[in-house]
Formats: sequence, structure tokens, C-alpha cells
Amino acid sequence: MAFQPELESMPRDALEQLQLERLRATLRRVYDNVPLYRAKFDEAGFDPASIASLDDVARLPFTVKDDLRSAYPYGMFAAPLTDIVRVHSSSGTTGQITVVGYTRRDIETWSDLMARTFAAAGATPEDIVQVTYGYGLFTGGLGAHYGSERLGALTIPVSGGNTKRQVQILQDFGVTVLACTPSYAQLIGETAAEMGVDVRELPLRVGVFGAEPWSESMRRTIEEMLGIKAVDIYGLSEVLGPGVATECVEEQHGLHVNEDHFLLEIVDPDTLRPVPDGEVGEVVFTTLTKEGIPVIRYRTRDVSRVITGECACGRTFRRMERVFGRTDDMLIVRGVNVFPSQIEQVLMEIPGVAPHYQVVLTRQGALDEVEVHVEVTPDFAFDEIRALEELHRRVRAEIASALAVSVAVKLVEPKSIQRSEGKAKRVVDLRDVKGGAS
Amino acid sequence: MIEQLSVFLENKPGRMAEMARVLGEAGCNMRAFVVADTAEFGVARIIADRPHAALGALRDAGFSVALTEVIAVEVPDRPGGLAEVLDVLGGAGVNVEYAYCFVEPNGEVAVDVFRVEDPRTATGALEAAGISVRPAHDIYERDS
Repeated sequence: MAFQPELESMPRDALEQLQLERLRATLRRVYDNVPLYRAKFDEAGFDPASIASLDDVARLPFTVKDDLRSAYPYGMFAAPLTDIVRVHSSSGTTGQITVVGYTRRDIETWSDLMARTFAAAGATPEDIVQVTYGYGLFTGGLGAHYGSERLGALTIPVSGGNTKRQVQILQDFGVTVLACTPSYAQLIGETAAEMGVDVRELPLRVGVFGAEPWSESMRRTIEEMLGIKAVDIYGLSEVLGPGVATECVEEQHGLHVNEDHFLLEIVDPDTLRPVPDGEVGEVVFTTLTKEGIPVIRYRTRDVSRVITGECACGRTFRRMERVFGRTDDMLIVRGVNVFPSQIEQVLMEIPGVAPHYQVVLTRQGALDEVEVHVEVTPDFAFDEIRALEELHRRVRAEIASALAVSVAVKLVEPKSIQRSEGKAKRVVDLRDVKGGAS
Repeated sequence: MIEQLSVFLENKPGRMAEMARVLGEAGCNMRAFVVADTAEFGVARIIADRPHAALGALRDAGFSVALTEVIAVEVPDRPGGLAEVLDVLGGAGVNVEYAYCFVEPNGEVAVDVFRVEDPRTATGALEAAGISVRPAHDIYERDS
């Protein structure tokens, strides 16, 4: 189900024409109103009027998180403060917070896009939506709230926290749609069980989950525990907040990017050149309609790829795959970009191995060699060598297919890979160690 | 039915010694011990005098270990003895996954351990053919 079917299922050529027109207007807007963009464009010798096709985007300079930080709080706004009706900010967990501003029209657009999200998840005006994303400076709560209201659903602004009360409301208000982070959905399910409430018996049928990375197996766990269909949603405050991209409930395979409002590029994080659809790289967005704080080629640091082919739901917007990880974790192996989280994703799907692994990089002559150490689970029935060899073969084949580079796999004993308190040490790079290099 | 311990061993020096030390410290004796290996890893198969004690000790020491049901068959000590046993199993449609042999402390009887898909059918067929299948208490102390 689509909230704006005439837009969400636009023919590609009409969509691309619309994108080009909107891109032109956006470039003109930022050049005229944001000193940082004017300086960047001038330095790159880029004339906003010279844009002739969408491919010309590759000539534009990138925008990074630091640009927004240094413009704190209002330096990147492209509209006068009198036209700004709302600000939000990023959490600032990795540094100084960044502030984003919305004009009245931006809020309208955002409401439409989040209404699309709820509709794509299968929600209708008949639904009762419990919004458990945090309300406040974080974009999650209000973003979901406006979208749910725009759709016409009954909207309950619970915000986060007080899990027992969440369960109470879920039970008493006849909630049919839950919007929160996936990990919180899991906690709600567990808390309900402790309280003797079987959520599967309740009218709840849809989950709209995002704002943190989660895996396919976690989705299945949550769907089973709560008796619902769960969709993944994607967004970031620098680009909009939630509502940038959404899975459709029909396929639950890849997130449709609202391409009439955002130009999607996947670039090689190393060369920064756009890669063809299907190849993995860093997700880059250019906003096409934002007035408050448009961003040009914003590097999200999120890693994904475009899923090629048409989607059964009828939307023509391209889909990006569930985010694999962050560029900060990337390795380059034999010229191929490898993200350790891709390995984790593969391991999660294979019974008999634990998602604990270590990647050991060495160099044999001029060639990088990768060995992935994978723990077997303590309960794997490994008595027959055949079963172990089959497991070994499967792990190797599935990692190779996910990474597009062949790797050696070593099955190791349970709990033999060192656990660490903080961030796990997933990669041991011996390529530049004496004796490793030729 | 005999309970055999199967221990997953990563191919690295000292790992098997560590396993043997753990069993020794737990006061477990081995009646039979055999290692199947590949380039990447090995599986040690053990008939212990107290299988559950051995299982607990190895688990506590962080080994990946499982109990596997096998059958222990007394093999006639003469040429063609093993062939007879295998003929019976083959005739009953029982496929042998692997087998190994140990000798009783008195040294007079050879016992063959067979891992088969269907131990019950195998046992029935062997007993019907007059071949002695050893009960567990004959081989080790039943400790659970």
C-alpha cells in the first residue's frame, strides 16, 4: 500500500527529470544562502548553473559531518531563522552535537514521507499507533508522530522508557502498530512475557523499527515473539530524520529510498567515485527539496548497496540494502572493500557457528590473504567429520559470496576468540608486519 | 548402547595434550581413544570409564564436546571375523559411518566400536546372528 502512489510509483524517466529540476533549485539555493557551499563550489570551480544531467553530481564536492559541526548551530541553514519552525539535533555521541532546522514546508514533506513509511509497513487510517521513539531533540519521536497523524491513524505519543507502562498501553489501547527501535521492541516483548502478557494474542500486527542496525535473524526473533510483521526504516537527522527510506511489507527486502526528495549515490569510500548499482559502498545523499538545511552529497558513513531489479510492491524507488556497517570499519582486501559486519551477518544465518569471528590479514608475496576464524557452537553435532567439513565449506562459500572475495576459513573452538569488554577486536592485520610483507 | 565422547580439536600445538590433562585431572581413564583429522581440525573420539564425568570436565574446560551413541561389538578373533560382523550389518541395511577397535585389558577379546545411523537395528541384527554386542556396563561405569 502506498500513501502517495502517483509519486512512489512514478516512471523512472519522469522521476529523473524531477530530480534534475529539484537538484538545480537546491544547488542555486545553497550557493546563494550558505557561505560554506559557496566557498566549496567556488574552490572546486563548480558553477551550479552548469548542471546538465544527474551524472554531473559526481563533480560536486562532498559534505561531511564535520562541516555541520563547524557550522554549529545555524551556519548551514539555507533559510532565514524566521522561516525555520523547528530544530532537532543529533545525539552527539561521537562529538559535538549538530543542529538541523526545518521550515514549515520541510515539516510538511517530512510528515508525508513518514506517512509513506507507515503505509509501506501496511498501516492505514484504521490503525492505532504507539510511538515509542523518544520525543525531543531526537528526530525519531516527532518524525514518527507527524507521519502517523498525516496517515490519519490514531497516534499515541508515549515516547521511550517505562517499559511496563508501554506493555500496559499496548494491551489496553488496542495498539496495532508499534514504532520504536528494534532492541526496544525486543525488551517490550520480554517485559510483557515477565508480566504474563502474551503479545501474540494482542491486536498488534505491525512493527516500524529503525534508528539502529539490526539483523535479519533479529527481525525473525521479534516477529515471532510479538506475532507481527516488522519493517526496517532508515533515516538520519542530517538528511531528514526517519523517512529517508523504508522497507515495504510486501517484500521486506531492501529499503525504498524516497528518491523524489533525496538523490542516492553509493560511492567507493576509498576513491569516492560512484559505484554501479549492486556494488557495496558508502551511502551518500543529496536532499532535493529541503529548505531549512539542504545537504549536498552528504557522506553518511553508512555502508550499503543498491538492490537491483524491480520490487513486487510496485514502487519504482530504488532500494538500498539494510545497512551493513560503517566505513570506519572498512578493510581493503585485494582491491575489494570488505566490511567485517558483512561477515557477522553471514555467520548469524548459519546454524553451528557463533557470530564470534576474527579476520586475520596476511600477505603472501604481493597478494593479500584473508583468514576468517569462526567459532563453532558448543552444541554443534560435529562427531562426523563430514558434518564439520560441510559446515566449513558452507561458511567459506557464504562469506565469499557476501564479500565478493575468496577467503580461507578456519573453524575454531568455542570461546577461543578473545572477548573484549568494549569494542571487539575483529581484525588482526599482519600485512605490514615484518615477514608478512614481501 | 555405548556413549562415546567426541571432542572438537582445533589444529594447534598442545591442544590434545590439554584435553588429556583435563581428563586426567578429573580422574577419568580412557578405554579407547582415536583421532580423526583433516587439514583444518580434528575430532577426538573417546570411550571413557566415566563418560558423564569426562563430559562435564571437558565442557568446564571450554572444549566443544558431545556424546555420541555407538555400539561395541565383540569381534571373533580369527581371520574373517570382522567381515562376518560387517556382512550382518550390510545385510540389515545398516551403514557404518566409522569404526575403530580396542582390546580388553585381559587381552583376549577385540572390541570394535561402530558408529551407525540406526544402532537399534544394528544391535538386533548382530544379536540375531549370534554376535555379542557389549552392554555399556561391560565397558565403563554408568555415571548418570
